[in-house]
Amino acid sequence: MKHLILAAGLPFAVLVAGAQSATAETLTIGLAAEPTSIDPHFHNVGPNNAIATHIFDHLVKRDENQQQMPGLAVSWAPIDDLTWEFKLREGVTFHDGSAFNADDVVCTFERAPNVPDSPSSYGTFTKGKTVERIDDFTIHIKTEAPYPLMPNDIANVAIISDDTGCTATTADFNDGSAAIGTGPYRFASFTPGENLTLQRNDDYWDAAPEFETVDYRFLKSGPTRVAALLSGDVDMISGVPTTDIATLQNNDDISLSQGVSNRVIYLHMDQFRDVSPFVTGPNGEEIPNPLRDVRVRQALSMAVSRDAIVDRVMEGTAIKAGQLLPEGFFGISPNLQPVEYDPEGARALLAEAGYPDGFTMTIHGPNDRYINDARIAEALGQMFSRVGIKTSVETMPRSVYFSRASSGSPEGEPEFSFILVGWGAGSGEASSPLRSLVHTYDSERGFGSSNRGRHSNPEIDAIIEQALATVDDAARQDLLAQAMEMAIETVAVIPTHFQVNTWAARDGLSYVPRTDEYTLAMSVTKD
Amino acid sequence: MTVFIIRRLMQALVVVFLMSIIVFFGVNVIGDPVAMLISPDADQAEMEAAIRRLGLDRPIHEQYFAFIKGAATGDFGRSFIFGEPALKLILSHMPATLELAFTALFLAVAIGIPLGLYAGLYPDSPISKGIMAGSILGFSLPTFWVGLMMIMLFAVHLQWLPATGRGDTGTFLWFETSLVTRDGLSHIMLPALNLALLKISLAIRLTRAGVREAMGQDYVKFARAKGLSPRRVILVHVMKNILIPVVTVMGLELGSLIGFSVVTETIFAWPGMGKLLIDAILQLDRPIVVAYLMIIVLFFVLINMIVDILYSILDPRVRLQEQGA
Amino acid sequence: MTDTQIIAPVPAKAETPFAQFRAEFFESKIAVGALITLGIVVVLALLAPWITPQNPYDLAQVDVMDARLPPGEEAFSGYTMWLGSDGSGRDLFSAILYGLRISLAVGVASGVIALFIGTFVGLFAAYVGGRVETLIMRFVDLQLSFPASLVALMLVALLGKGVDKIILALVVSQWAYYARTVRATALVERHKEYVEAAICLGLSKARIMFRHILPNCLGPLIVVGTVQVASAISLEATLSFLGVGLPQTQPSLGVLIANGFEYMLSGRYWISVFPGLALLLTVVSINLVGDHLRDVLNPRMKK
Repeated sequence: MKHLILAAGLPFAVLVAGAQSATAETLTIGLAAEPTSIDPHFHNVGPNNAIATHIFDHLVKRDENQQQMPGLAVSWAPIDDLTWEFKLREGVTFHDGSAFNADDVVCTFERAPNVPDSPSSYGTFTKGKTVERIDDFTIHIKTEAPYPLMPNDIANVAIISDDTGCTATTADFNDGSAAIGTGPYRFASFTPGENLTLQRNDDYWDAAPEFETVDYRFLKSGPTRVAALLSGDVDMISGVPTTDIATLQNNDDISLSQGVSNRVIYLHMDQFRDVSPFVTGPNGEEIPNPLRDVRVRQALSMAVSRDAIVDRVMEGTAIKAGQLLPEGFFGISPNLQPVEYDPEGARALLAEAGYPDGFTMTIHGPNDRYINDARIAEALGQMFSRVGIKTSVETMPRSVYFSRASSGSPEGEPEFSFILVGWGAGSGEASSPLRSLVHTYDSERGFGSSNRGRHSNPEIDAIIEQALATVDDAARQDLLAQAMEMAIETVAVIPTHFQVNTWAARDGLSYVPRTDEYTLAMSVTKD
Repeated sequence: MTVFIIRRLMQALVVVFLMSIIVFFGVNVIGDPVAMLISPDADQAEMEAAIRRLGLDRPIHEQYFAFIKGAATGDFGRSFIFGEPALKLILSHMPATLELAFTALFLAVAIGIPLGLYAGLYPDSPISKGIMAGSILGFSLPTFWVGLMMIMLFAVHLQWLPATGRGDTGTFLWFETSLVTRDGLSHIMLPALNLALLKISLAIRLTRAGVREAMGQDYVKFARAKGLSPRRVILVHVMKNILIPVVTVMGLELGSLIGFSVVTETIFAWPGMGKLLIDAILQLDRPIVVAYLMIIVLFFVLINMIVDILYSILDPRVRLQEQGA
Repeated sequence: MTDTQIIAPVPAKAETPFAQFRAEFFESKIAVGALITLGIVVVLALLAPWITPQNPYDLAQVDVMDARLPPGEEAFSGYTMWLGSDGSGRDLFSAILYGLRISLAVGVASGVIALFIGTFVGLFAAYVGGRVETLIMRFVDLQLSFPASLVALMLVALLGKGVDKIILALVVSQWAYYARTVRATALVERHKEYVEAAICLGLSKARIMFRHILPNCLGPLIVVGTVQVASAISLEATLSFLGVGLPQTQPSLGVLIANGFEYMLSGRYWISVFPGLALLLTVVSINLVGDHLRDVLNPRMKK
C-alpha cells in the first residue's frame, strides 16, 4: 500500500486512501497489544493467543461470548469419570496440504507444555491430562480425577502439524517455516515489534473470512493508534482509549463497536497479617490490621462510588460490578447486585467496628496494565478519604508492581495492604476467578495463586473444590454461584467494575466485539 | 594512527566489560520478569517451572558468568518475551533507527548551518532575531509534545503525511532502507523532523557563534582588507574554520540522536531499537536491555573514534597520538 | 547600586566588573523580559500553597466528579477552575503551580548538585594534572559521548520512580558537562600571568585553584548551569512521558503534560496545552537568560 506524497489536497488524499483499501482487499489493523511470537505454545498471553487463532485451530472453538463451539473436534463428552472422548473433524488440511488427524493432536499435546524458554507455558492447560489416540479421528483424554473444565482447557491449545510443527523451534514459527496450521489465515510475514501479515486460507473448512490480506501493525500508544486511524494509516484499531470514544462517536467516518469483557477490576485487602504494613492509625501509629474485620471491608465497598468510576473515570465505558464475572457467564449468581454507594453507612460501619476516626492507608496499583488504572486508584483514594480513611495512592509500572504485589515482602509474601488488580476469566466461567482469587492460598495444590489478600474461608474452599470436581453442568453452576455469593458476602474481594472494550474502524467496516478482548480479523465484516 | 585505534579499542573493551557488570546486576534488581510475564491462570508450580526455564533460579553471579561466556561468542541470551536471540532482534531493528538518526542529522545540517550563517552575518536583522528565537523554542519544547502536535497537524488534520510506522523499504547498495521509496520517504518525514528539531537549533547556534567569532578575527579582517569578495571570505575562510567545531559536535550528536530516538520512535511507532529498548524496559526483558547497552557502548566509542580521526584530518594541529598518553 | 549607574549606556571604566556585567546584561530587553518572567514563575511556584484554590496532592480535596471540566467551569466545591481540570478532577491552575514547584526543584537541585560535583572533579583534574587528569578526562569524555537522555533513562529504569531517584539520574547524566567546562577554563587560566605571578609568590596550588582560578570559571559555569537546569526540567518531562519518571499522584509539569497527551485527540486541549505552556514559558525564559549571559560573559563575542 503506497502512500503518495501530496503537497496539498486533503480530499484527494482521503479518496486515495479509501479507494485503495477497498479494492486491494487489504485490512490494516492497529493493534494495542502486540503478539510476541507466532509459536502458539511459547507464551500464554492474550495477544499471542488471539494471533494464533488466525493461523491455527483449536479442538474447541470459542465464539465472541466465549461459548464453546466445535472446532477441529466435532463433538466431545465424558465417557466415564476420568475420560473425555473427542471426535475429530475429517477432511481438514493444513496450509501445506497435509491432512489433519489424531496424530497431530497427540504430538501437539506433547510439545505444548515443553517449549524451551517459555515465560508462561501452556502446561497450565495440559497438565494432568493424558492423550490417547483411538483411531484417526478419535482421541481420549484421561485425567486422575473427574475434570469438568476439560473443554475449557482444550480450547486454549492450538493444534499444530506433526509433519512441520511438533519438532520446530520458536524461531521456526516466527520465520514462517513452521507456522503451518489449519486456521482461516496463512502466515505471510512477521517482524517482532513491527507488523504481521496474513493471507486468507481459501481452503478453510469453515466460512472463509472476508479480507484477503490482513496487515496487523503494533501500535502500543493510545493516541498514536487513534491518530493512525484518523489519518487513514490503518482501517481499524483495537483498545480505543476511553478519552477518545466521545470524539470518535461524533466522527461520521468512524464506526465504533463495544462489548463488555471478562475482566473485572477488583480490590484485594490484606487479611493475613496482624499488623499490615501500609495501614496505620489516624495519626500514623501502628494499629492491628483493620482489614481483617468484615465490617471494615464492607464499609470500604460501600465507600466506593461505582457510578463515579464508570461515568467520570471511564467516561461511561465500563459496567458496575457486583461479582467477579459479568452477566451471561457460567457460574455467576443472579442474586448479586453492585454494592450501593453509601458514604454515611460506611462511616457508621467504621465507627461500629471501632474506627470512628478512620485510619491511614495506602492503595497500590499498576499504571500501565488496565484501562485508566492509575486514575481509578486515585479516584478510590478520593472516595476513601471522604469517609475518613486517610488514603494515599501509589501507582507503578506493572514490571515492578506485580512482583511486589505477589511476593514483595521480606518473607516473600504479598507486600501491599490494599491493591487494585484486574482478573480476566480466560476459561470463560466463574471457577477461574474463584479458585485463583478467593480460594485459600495453597501452592501445593495450585489454589489461590493470585489470592494476594490471602483471604481464607474453609467453607468457600470446600464449595469451590466440590464445583471443580462436578461434571454435571447444572450442579456445578449452582455450586459456583453459591461460592460467589459467599465470597461477596464476606467481602473476600471488592469488585468495582467490568471493563468494556472498544474497537474503532473506518466507516463501512464493522467488528463483532469479544469478551475475551481478542482482536480477530475473521470478525471484521464490510457493511 | 594504528596505535591510537588499537588503544581506543582496548579502552572500549574495558568500558564494555564494566558496563556489562553494572547493567547486568542493575537490571536484575528490578522486578521479577516471571511475575509479570506469566499468565494469571498459571498456578504456583507453573510459576516455579517458568523461573527455572528462564534460568532465574540460579545465583546471580552464575547467571552473569553464563552471560559473559555467551557474550564472548556473540550470544547475548534470548529475549524473554520474543524467545529470539537478543542480538538478532536488536540488529534487525538497527537499520530503522540509523536511517532515522542520519536523516535527522542531515536535516539538522542542511537547515541549521545556512540559518546559523545568516544569523551570524547579520546579527541585528529581524530575520536573524527570528531565527534565534526559533532556535530557543527548538530546544525548549519537549520532543514528545512537538511530535504529537506534528501528528495532529500534518497527519490528522491536513492528511499530508502518514502518522505512524516505517514505509516500504527498498534495497540501496546492500542496505535495506526506506529512504529509497516514496512511501518510505513520506513515512520518515515527520519522525525525522521531530528528532532533528533539537539539533537544528544546535546547528544554528553553533554556526552563528562560530561566524560571529570568526568575523572579528585577524585573518578575516586581513582577507577583507586584501579586497577579497565578501562571498569568498565567508565561503572559504570563515566556513573552513566554522565547519570543524560544527562537524565535531554534530558527529557527537549522532549518539544523542540515537538515544533520543527512544522518544520519537515511541510517538511515531517507528520500529527501531529505541522502541525495542523502552518496551524491553517496561516489560523487564532483561536480555534485550543488557544487549542493547552493550551494543550502544561499542557504537558510541566507535563514533567518538571516527570523529577524532576526522577532526585530525580537518585540523592538522590536532595530533591523535598525543591523546590518552 | 543606584539605578542611574545600571542603565548608563556606556559603563565607566571605574566601575566594578560586576556592575559592568549588570549594565551589559540589562541592555537586552528580551533578556530582561525573560528574567522578569522567570522571576514571576519562581515566585508563583514558591507561593503555590497560599495562592491556589486547591491542594492537588491532597486526595480529600480532589473530586473525580470534577474531572475534565473545561476552563472557566465551576467545580463542585464552588470555586472556578480557570484553566479547567484534568482527568482526576484536579484544578489545573493549582496542579500547574504545584507541578512547577516539583519541576523547578528537580531541575535546580540536580543542576546544583551536578555543578558542585562537576566543578570539583574538573578543578581536581586540572590541579593534579598528569595521568590522573588524563584518566578523569577520558572518563568525562566517555560519559559525554553517551546521550544524557539515555543515561537518565537507564538509571531511572533501574532505580525506580521518585523525586530523589530522578534527581540522582539527572545528576549522573549531567555532572560531566560541568567538569569539562571547569577543566577547560582552568587550563586556560593556568597559563595567564596572574596565576604565574601567584605561583612566583609561592602561594599553594590549592589556594590558587580555589581563590584565583575558580572565580574565573564562574562565568562559563553559570552559562552551562542555566542551560543544564532548563534541559533537566525538559528531560524530567520526557522521562515522565516515557513512563519512567515521577509518580502520577503528585504530578510534576512533565507528568501533567504526559497525562494530557492522552487527551490531545479528544478535544480536551487544556489538559495538555496549559501545562505545556507553563513548561515552555519556564524553559524558554531560563534559556533566554542563559543565552544572553553567554553573550555578555564571552568577551570574544563582543563587537
